Amino acid sequence: MLDVQNLSMRFGGLLAVDQVSLDIQEHEIVSVIGPNGAGKTTVFNCLSGFYKPTGGKILFEGREVQGKPDYKISRLGMVRTFQHVRLFNQMSVVENLLVAQHRHLNTNLLAGLIKTPNYREREKKSLDRAAYWLDRVGLLELANRDAGNLAYGQQRRLEIARCMVTEPKLLMLDEPAAGLNPAETKELNQLIVSLKEDYNVSVLLIEHDMSLVMDISDRITVINQGRPLASGTPSEVRQNDDVIKAYLGEA
Amino acid sequence: MAAHNVKHALFCAVVTLVVAYPILGLNLVAQGTRVGLEGADASTIIIIFLASVAVFAFQLYRDTIMASLSKAPRLNPLAGREPMPQARRVKLESWVLTGIIVLALFWPFFVSRGSVDLATLVLIYVMLALGLNVVVGLAGLLDLGYVAFYAVGAYTFALLSQYMGISFWMALPLGALFAALFGLVLGFPVLRLRGDYLAIVTLGFGEIIRILLNNWTAVTGGPNGIGGIPEPTLFGMEFGRRVKEEGNTSFHDTFGIAYSGEHKVIFLYLIALVLAVITALVIRRLMRMPVGRAWEALREDEIAARSLGLSRTAVKLSAFTIGAFFAGFAGTVFASKQGFISPESFVFLESAIILAIVVLGGMGSQLGVILAAIAVTILPELAREFSDYRMLVFGAAMVLMMVWRPQGLMPMRRTHIELKRQE
Ligand SMILES: Nc1ncnc2c1ncn2[C@@H]1O[C@H](COP(=O)(O)OP(=O)(O)O)[C@@H](O)[C@H]1O
Ligand SMILES: [Mg+2]
Repeated sequence: MLDVQNLSMRFGGLLAVDQVSLDIQEHEIVSVIGPNGAGKTTVFNCLSGFYKPTGGKILFEGREVQGKPDYKISRLGMVRTFQHVRLFNQMSVVENLLVAQHRHLNTNLLAGLIKTPNYREREKKSLDRAAYWLDRVGLLELANRDAGNLAYGQQRRLEIARCMVTEPKLLMLDEPAAGLNPAETKELNQLIVSLKEDYNVSVLLIEHDMSLVMDISDRITVINQGRPLASGTPSEVRQNDDVIKAYLGEA
Repeated sequence: MAAHNVKHALFCAVVTLVVAYPILGLNLVAQGTRVGLEGADASTIIIIFLASVAVFAFQLYRDTIMASLSKAPRLNPLAGREPMPQARRVKLESWVLTGIIVLALFWPFFVSRGSVDLATLVLIYVMLALGLNVVVGLAGLLDLGYVAFYAVGAYTFALLSQYMGISFWMALPLGALFAALFGLVLGFPVLRLRGDYLAIVTLGFGEIIRILLNNWTAVTGGPNGIGGIPEPTLFGMEFGRRVKEEGNTSFHDTFGIAYSGEHKVIFLYLIALVLAVITALVIRRLMRMPVGRAWEALREDEIAARSLGLSRTAVKLSAFTIGAFFAGFAGTVFASKQGFISPESFVFLESAIILAIVVLGGMGSQLGVILAAIAVTILPELAREFSDYRMLVFGAAMVLMMVWRPQGLMPMRRTHIELKRQE
C-alpha cells in the first residue's frame, strides 16, 4: 500500500536521509529503527508531506504523493503522530477528536447556523465516534478535561485516538513509547496490535529502542546515519551483522 | 545602583530635552507677511526641564518601579478561585448579555438625542470589534487593515444608492457580501504570510483602499466624499419631515404623531442594536461549529492541525472572510447614520481603535469586547477637554493593560462541546 523508493532528504550540506526504501503491505506493522539522529523522523516528515523530499518516490496506493501538501496526504489516509506530543492543549479532550473529524463534518456555514438535520446528524456521529475511541484508549472519564492537563501517558494515547477518528488506512507513529514506563509500553503495544487486527489499519512505527518493537513488528527496516542498514523480519534483523555492529558500537 | 543605570538615565533625559524643545518650545508666528520662529517662553522651558528630570528619575529607578508595578494587586477578582464550571459560566454570561440587551432596548426613550446618536456609534464599534475578534482573537491573524472592509461596506451602499437608488435594506446584505468578497480575494494571497508580515501587508491594504477612494474622484467623489445617502425606512415609512422617495409614506403621518427628529435617531439606534445582537449571536454559534473549532486548533498548533487534514488557507480564509462580512455590515449602517461618507472616516486610526477594543476586551471574548467598545468610544466623549491628549491616554492605557492584564479585561473562554454521559 505504501511504497517508498530511494527517498533522500538533504538539508544544505547534510544528507539526513540517503536512498531509503521501504514498503508496507496492507494489514502489516512495519518498524523503522535506528539510533538517535539516524534520520527516522525526517523520513516521517517526508512521508507525511512536512518536507518535500529532495529525491526519490513515495507511492501511496499506487499514487505518487511526494511533495504533496501535508493536509492532502492526511486526507488520503496517511496520518501521523509526533515524537513530541502535539495536542490542542487548551481544547477539551473530546474536542481534540472533533477537530480531527473536521472533514467528515458538515462544514457548511449556513447548515451549521440553522442546524439542519444533516448537520446535527453528522455532529452527533462524530461525538459518538469520539466517545468510542476515548473508551477504547481508556480516556472516556476525562473527556471534558483540557487536553493539556492530562498525564503524559494519557496524552500519548489521546494522540493515537485523534489519528484513529480520521479513519486512516496507514497510521504512522513516531516513537510512541518514548517516556512511557514498561507497563504503559506493554499496553501501548497491545493497542497497536489491536489497531491492526481489529481496525484493519497498517502501522508504520518509529522506535530507537529495538527491543520494543521486536514482538509486534511484521518487518523491520534499520537505518543508520540516514542510510538503510538492513531490513527483514525481526529475527533476520536481529542476526544481521551490520545491525549488531551499529547497535553494539553505539552502546 | 549600577553606574550604567545612571548613564542610561542621563542619556534618556538629554534625549527628552533635545526632542521636546523643538517640538514644544519653538513656535512659528506670523510676522507681518513672513513667518518667523519664536523661542519658548520661560514656563514652557521649565515644563520641559521638569519632564526631563522626571524621565531621568524614572529611568534611574526603572527596575524597582517596574518590579513593584508587576507586584501590584492584579485586577483579577477571580484570581485564586476555582474557575466556574462551564455550564454555570455560560448561563451567567447569557443572563448578563440578555440584561444588557433589554436595557439597551428601552434606554434610548429616556435620554437625549445626542446620547442615542453616540450609542449608535458604540454599537457600530461593537459590530466591528466582534468581527475583528473573529480574525484576531479566534483565528489568531493580526489584521491591521480591517478598516478597509468597513470602507468597502460603506462605499458599496453609498455608490449603489447614488448610481442605482438602492435602499438601505437592499444595501445591507450587499455591502456585507461585497466586503466579504474583498476579504476572500485579498486573503487568498496574503494569508500565506505569517505574524508580522501579515500585519504589514494588511496595513498596506487598508491604506491602498483609502487612497484609492481618495483619488478615484470620478466614481467616489474623492476627498469630497459622497452625500445624500438614504436613511433606513420602516416598511416603506420614511423618518424625514417630508417623503423623498415616490411611494413611501412618512412615519409621523402614518401614526398621526408630530414630526420629531428623535424618531429617526432612535430608529437607527434600534437597527444598529438588532444588527449588533445578530452579529454577536452568529459569531457565538460559529465558535461552537466545526469552523470555530478549526480556528482554535490552527491557532494552537498549526502543524498538528494540518497533520489531521485541516487546510491552513481554507480555515484562515474563512475567518478573514467572515470578519470582513461583519465589517461590511457595520459600514453600511455607518453610511446610513452619517448620510455622508468620505475617505477620512477610514484612516488607519480606525483600525487601531478597533484592534485596541479587541485587545482591551480580551481577545476572543464577546462580553469583554462589548464593554471595551463602550469604554473606548464613550470615555473620550466624556472628557472632551482632554481630547487633545486622547491618543496619549489611549497609549498609556494600553501600556498599563499590558503590564497588569495582558489577557484583556475578560479573557476568552471558548465554550467547549461537552460529552454527555450516555446511560
Ligand atoms: N529541518 C532540519 N534542518 C536541518 N537539519 C535537520 C532538520 N531536521 C532534521 N535534521 C537533521 O537530520 C538528522 C536526522 O534527524 P532526525 O530525523 O530527527 O533523527 P531521528 O528521528 O532518527 O532521531 C539530524 O542530524 C538532524 O539534525
Ligand atoms: Mg526522531
